[in-house]
Amino acid sequence: MTVTKLGIVTETRPDERRVAASPQVVAKWVKGGWEVAIERGAGVRASYLDAHYEAAGATLVDRKTAWQADVVVKLRPPVLEPDGTCEADQMRDGATLVSYIQPSEHADLVAKLATKQLTVLAMDQVPRISRAQKMDALSSMANIAGYRAVIEAANRFGSFFTGQFTAAGKVPPAKVLIIGGGVAGLAALGAAKGLGAIVRAFDVRPAVEDQVKSLGGEFLTVTIKESGEGQGGYAKEMSKEFIDAEFALFRAQAKEVDIVITTALIPGKPAPKLWLADMVELMKPGSVIVDLAAEKGGNCELTKPGEVIEHAGVTIVGYTDLASRMAHVASDLYGTNLLHFLDEMGGAAGFKVDLENDAVRPALVLEHGEKRWPAPPIAKPAPKEAKEAKPAVVAPPAASAPPPKLFQGHGGPNPKPPSRTLGVMMSAFGILAAIGFLLVRYQMSDSTHDIQTYKLLQHLTVFVMAIFVGFQVVWNVTPALHTPLMSVTNAISGIIVVGGLLNARGGGGGLPNGLIVAIVATFFATINIAGGFLVTRRMLAMFRK
Amino acid sequence: MSFEFHTSEALINSAYLVAGVMFILSLRGLSSQQTARRGNLYGIIGMAIAIAATLASNPDLLVFAEDGASYPVGKFHPLVFAAIGGGAILGALLAARVGMTQMPELVALLHSFVGLAAVLVGYSLDLHQLPPLSERIEIFIDVWIGAITLTGSILAFLKLRGSVSGKPLLLPARHVLNLAMLIGSIVCAYVYVRDGNQVGLEIGTAIACVLGVHLVAGIGGADMPVVVSMLNSYSGWTAAAAGFMLDNDLLIITGALVGSSGAILSYIMCKAMNRSIWNVIFGGFGAAPPKSAGKPAAPAGDVQDIDPVTLAERLKEAKSVVIVPGYGMAVGRAQHAVRELTEVLRARGVKVRFAIHPVAGRLPGHMNVLLAEANVPYDIVLEMDEINADFPETDVAMVIGANDIVNPAAEDDPTSPIAGMPVLQVWKAKLVIVNKRSRAAGYAGIDNPLFYKPVTRMLFGDAKDAVEKVVAALKA
Repeated sequence: MTVTKLGIVTETRPDERRVAASPQVVAKWVKGGWEVAIERGAGVRASYLDAHYEAAGATLVDRKTAWQADVVVKLRPPVLEPDGTCEADQMRDGATLVSYIQPSEHADLVAKLATKQLTVLAMDQVPRISRAQKMDALSSMANIAGYRAVIEAANRFGSFFTGQFTAAGKVPPAKVLIIGGGVAGLAALGAAKGLGAIVRAFDVRPAVEDQVKSLGGEFLTVTIKESGEGQGGYAKEMSKEFIDAEFALFRAQAKEVDIVITTALIPGKPAPKLWLADMVELMKPGSVIVDLAAEKGGNCELTKPGEVIEHAGVTIVGYTDLASRMAHVASDLYGTNLLHFLDEMGGAAGFKVDLENDAVRPALVLEHGEKRWPAPPIAKPAPKEAKEAKPAVVAPPAASAPPPKLFQGHGGPNPKPPSRTLGVMMSAFGILAAIGFLLVRYQMSDSTHDIQTYKLLQHLTVFVMAIFVGFQVVWNVTPALHTPLMSVTNAISGIIVVGGLLNARGGGGGLPNGLIVAIVATFFATINIAGGFLVTRRMLAMFRK
Repeated sequence: MSFEFHTSEALINSAYLVAGVMFILSLRGLSSQQTARRGNLYGIIGMAIAIAATLASNPDLLVFAEDGASYPVGKFHPLVFAAIGGGAILGALLAARVGMTQMPELVALLHSFVGLAAVLVGYSLDLHQLPPLSERIEIFIDVWIGAITLTGSILAFLKLRGSVSGKPLLLPARHVLNLAMLIGSIVCAYVYVRDGNQVGLEIGTAIACVLGVHLVAGIGGADMPVVVSMLNSYSGWTAAAAGFMLDNDLLIITGALVGSSGAILSYIMCKAMNRSIWNVIFGGFGAAPPKSAGKPAAPAGDVQDIDPVTLAERLKEAKSVVIVPGYGMAVGRAQHAVRELTEVLRARGVKVRFAIHPVAGRLPGHMNVLLAEANVPYDIVLEMDEINADFPETDVAMVIGANDIVNPAAEDDPTSPIAGMPVLQVWKAKLVIVNKRSRAAGYAGIDNPLFYKPVTRMLFGDAKDAVEKVVAALKA
């Protein structure tokens, strides 16, 4: 039997605005050979009108017809009413359903679907392997939720995200703490950074550090050696010591940050409580917490899923439908994930369930009514498991570390001494040499020359001080003027002319050797003086803007 | 000799103090182009004060000889004034005549004069009368450093002029030889200082002369910027040593200023070439033969060339152009043609800037002077660290007469002899034009993978000629 009829049904949950596919995706399905039937009005709440779908090649049908397709795609798990009926009851026996299922929490739903001999594939169970990234709906939605979390926070935060200098004064940038560096956390990081905030991210997995840093965030972690790297790229639960250290870090941060966005989830378990009531109370009034884990109970103790509450002046946003609040783009991305997923299963031409396909097999919940979930483990834990925890940045880096020093000796316009050590070394060397010299000379000096030794000490002082002054002054010479620097030092080292002059006196009219030599010295020193200064002048005259 | 303290001596010393401050202000002025001219003026004033004060000193001052006898220092010999006049005229002529490309030679020559003057002053002191023991130490040190500076600078001068091959002379046992000469010098010093035997001083001077030659001979032609900076430093220490010898603080201050200036320049040059400063001081540096062992995959591939007309078209489309000049530009006297190219492009609204590598040319800051001479405004001439980050946004990078300073092997190839040397990352630009006379390797004798990069086009030919053709095509 060739499977060619694809049905898109309206999401029935009241807070759900998304739809399983956008018209752009539908057009691609149609091109790929699917007959797409879409329930009338399915995309309206995501701002996709029926006309758009029609233009893309879909047939507009009523609800029942849409459910009757060979393959039904939707987003949220089918609703199981308290009376035991289910919207998926409208499906034909043996048809295929592709949707979020969350089989570990919805065992009764799975049982119900099995009675219809359905084949059910759960989009939330697509493995997190690199090959399956394009089908990974959780990541697509987490990305949107992370972004939206920042927007929600900004909406409720009474100040700028970016620091500003205005005529009326200075506004410091907002400080954002993101707990959990997964897809949502990183998306939030990028969005908050884009708004100009100072962003810190905490995660138990050391591997996240590079990603956080690459987005311009500061990475926080704790010192205890324990990697939180669990299976399939999720974090695992941590030991008590670790959690104590973590809480200490959070309490320190709570006093400082303006926005907290929590994204910590552990698969198949309620969300870990990481932001306790006392931490909320430590925060400044006007601060905002956005709890992305609200659907799983929340990372913040005070979160009320689906609601926005205020506690001690702190707003806590517990929306569970953040992705749905951006229904337009979310529908398009989810549809694209579905498109790739159906292609992976063979597309319209060769649609089938391939148990060997490692991207599809983990998502298979039911095959003709038979339970196939959970799949036998084929996923390996993330490669770097026992990686040592990095030395932690336990203290919140209030004053962020200075930027890495670049060598800029001959470089920057105003080069700072790149190497104090060189200066210190040379001075130390000079002083040592001087002391050695002094000692030798002192030993050799006879009593008549004690005054000489005193003078020498004075000269040494002058010498060492002059070296220091020279270092300070010359480091400030702009590199463009290094050639004039050399010529001007040529000129001033002609000061040795004074030595020539002092020895070119007397002689009583005759010309003793000492006098001749001194006169020649004067001659050469003068060449230096005149040549050096004049050539420097000539060069400097050339420099013009 | 020790002067009796006298009012006139106090005046002289005050004048010297003022001169010393003037010299410091002079160097400080060089911190920016705007203040540099004033800085030079301070230097001239300082020097004038120092000389005037010395000449005006009282001829009746008494000098005490070692035996306790005393006599007046006497008047200056008339020939001194002739020496000053002659030296000033000769210096002025040199300064007026020297071409900017020959600046390195002039600087080296002037270093040697400082060395020579120091040696002569030392001998003069020694010849006047046998100086006391403690002073002989200082004379020996002054003469010794002066002699090294003298012969080292002369050799550097000859190398820069091309009179002597730029190839490093590497004697097999050069370190042993250096050590032997050092020990020999100490022995001579001992003989001279203890016994006042002038033969010790003379042999010591001879050894220092040989040492100066040997130290510079071991350094290759491409590394002349370091050598010249180092000799600059030596000339300063020489002057400082003369200051100790003559009990003259002005000489000490000036010598220390010049000495530290040269030391800083040497350090900067070494950093820019990723070499150790000790290697430079003790010679045998810049001669590391290209490690041919296991020849790292010679950058295979063909170079692609470009003709001036096509290049002109590309330049017309460009928004941002960076020109990287090297010593080849100076040799080819292309700086004026390059300035014209700059003007034409700037008139078309193209952003043109120059990227100067610290060791481009033969002297620190040499390229800046050459471009300034050609009337290129200094505010578009940038240093390596200022511009390196801008290459990815640069449409055309033009390398004119440079090679090693744009060699990507310094970053990519750990086996390269220049590995680790900071280079200008021209290859990140969208188009790289390399002007070269031929396909020969650079001074370091290393092949340049830049030439084979897909973004690179070679503009073969004489720098001046090629650039002028591009300008003509741009104007057409």
